[in-house]
Amino acid sequence: MASFASNPLYARRRRADVVAKTLAYAATAFGLGWLVLILGILLYNGIGGLSLDVFTHDTPPPGSDGGLQNAIVGSLMMTILAVVIGTPIGILAGTYMAEYGRHGRLSQIVRFINDILLSAPSIVVGLFVYQIMVAPMGHFSGYAGAVSLAVLVIPVVVRTTEDMLNLVPDTMREAAASIGLPRAHLIVRIAYRAASAGIVTGVLLAIARVSGETAPLLFTALNNQFFSVNMNAPMPSLPVVIFQFALSPYEEWQRLAWTGALLITVTVLVLSILARSLTARK
Amino acid sequence: MSEVALNDRALGTTKSTSRAAVLQRLRLTDNIFLGLTRGAALLVLAILSGVILALVIGSLPALKTFGFAFVYTEVWNPVTEQFGALAPIYGTVVTSVIAMLIAVPVGIMVAFFLTELCPKMLRRPIAIAIELLAGIPSIIYGIWGLFVFAPFLQKYVQPFLIDTFGNVPGLSSVFEGPPYGIGILTAGLILAIMVLPFITAISRDVFDAVPPVLKEAAYGLGCTKWEVFRNVILPYTRVGVIGGVMLGLGRALGETMAVTFVIGNAHKISASILQPGTTISAAIANEFTEAVSDLYTSSLTALGLILFVITFFVLAAARYMLLRLQKQGGK
Repeated sequence: MASFASNPLYARRRRADVVAKTLAYAATAFGLGWLVLILGILLYNGIGGLSLDVFTHDTPPPGSDGGLQNAIVGSLMMTILAVVIGTPIGILAGTYMAEYGRHGRLSQIVRFINDILLSAPSIVVGLFVYQIMVAPMGHFSGYAGAVSLAVLVIPVVVRTTEDMLNLVPDTMREAAASIGLPRAHLIVRIAYRAASAGIVTGVLLAIARVSGETAPLLFTALNNQFFSVNMNAPMPSLPVVIFQFALSPYEEWQRLAWTGALLITVTVLVLSILARSLTARK
Repeated sequence: MSEVALNDRALGTTKSTSRAAVLQRLRLTDNIFLGLTRGAALLVLAILSGVILALVIGSLPALKTFGFAFVYTEVWNPVTEQFGALAPIYGTVVTSVIAMLIAVPVGIMVAFFLTELCPKMLRRPIAIAIELLAGIPSIIYGIWGLFVFAPFLQKYVQPFLIDTFGNVPGLSSVFEGPPYGIGILTAGLILAIMVLPFITAISRDVFDAVPPVLKEAAYGLGCTKWEVFRNVILPYTRVGVIGGVMLGLGRALGETMAVTFVIGNAHKISASILQPGTTISAAIANEFTEAVSDLYTSSLTALGLILFVITFFVLAAARYMLLRLQKQGGK
């Protein structure tokens, strides 16, 4: 052992190894440190403003107290509509790629395009929906906001549906086919059932993804200071209210922005942990 | 099938006619279902084409007025209606470069830790924690950056940078000026934190895909962990890692809210990275609802088109590389 240590080559190699390992430990601490720091500060700043008023009062005018009720309701309505529009389309498209044309050319192209949509800048989606809905209709609306969120839901659901259906063993499909089950029934009764947890995971992840999205809502749903459930009119949402309030000079607004940020983060984290535990049990 | 038999009995029809009818119905539903799924798949293509088409149509007025000069003009004046995209493009590129310079080495080292060094028990929790970092919405990074990170940089880091590099030739102009807190550097650093988990996640996945035989052979020769990583794992997964990096770059280029909070929204190009600037997405987010004239709106849409084209190619390259790795692994 002593001779190894005295050999300059071995000493150098060991030194390089130690340095690299230390850097790797440091890098991991660095990465985790941000998570702790961000969540910690969010909790510290957001929890003080958390009260029942947040859920029962609307966004206040500058300089007075209020809540986030209208923004929470607006966010919920637009997210639900987005999921209602986006989930069936996403599941069907994912089904086509996994069940019908697994190696077909159309599937390959759709897979490629879907992966690009998955990470495309969301603000561009906002511009797109502005062009096709807001400009022709002549006004901002909750519908436009929901559609832009749906465009973000679809690729997430397509991706997870396809992945999860691919995990279903082919022997199951063969068994079903051998007793004469038609393809559509095979998919709905056998493949969907086997992949159900995974598909639900995809929907949860999609909800997590859109519930914090701000950029596509800025010029589709815009904002609204008042309580409104009319989806054909401008609609407030939590992220946009946070954006507006955080950049304002009013202390009450900034405090509400922190509280809203805490609400969104908790929602997103709970959803993604839920989604993970669903597939982990499988 | 049992259902068919039951129906048979319940309906009391003769076996041959009911069987034909049932088969017909099943064939019909089969075809309808196939049509629905294929339609949904085609809709995904239609969305992408629609995005491109809508952006092109929306930016036509601006492109007609300014021509190709739009891309390399720095002026951005809503009052005189002179618009050029150079400053936002510059800001987008510089912030992304800063982000990648930090996030790539750190992200790869974290993946190295996760695949080779981490005790098995900690692997999953740490991986989940890093992925949670990826799940935090960008607006949270934005509000955090504005109220916590920017003041910290302004107070401690930026004065230090100015003092240290202020007299170094070449670097003095890069770190020049009063410490604003917000600016290009702050935006780049926040982007680095945001992109880090993406790079880590993909790098870990491709590192995990390395056949254990290769690693074992290297360990058998007496290689240290770092040598195995540097000389076996990294070369084997090079394409995949580059794909992951490009994917992260695509995110950084298009990231909106986190940057909008801390970039300062100034349509100018300054040599110093401590100065405020703007990026394409920040400019759109900040100005779109305030844009009153059609030309203004159109110019912002043209910015969006440029951003989409850039990210499209970056992401396409990333996917292409990751696909190539998948095929290579499948062989």
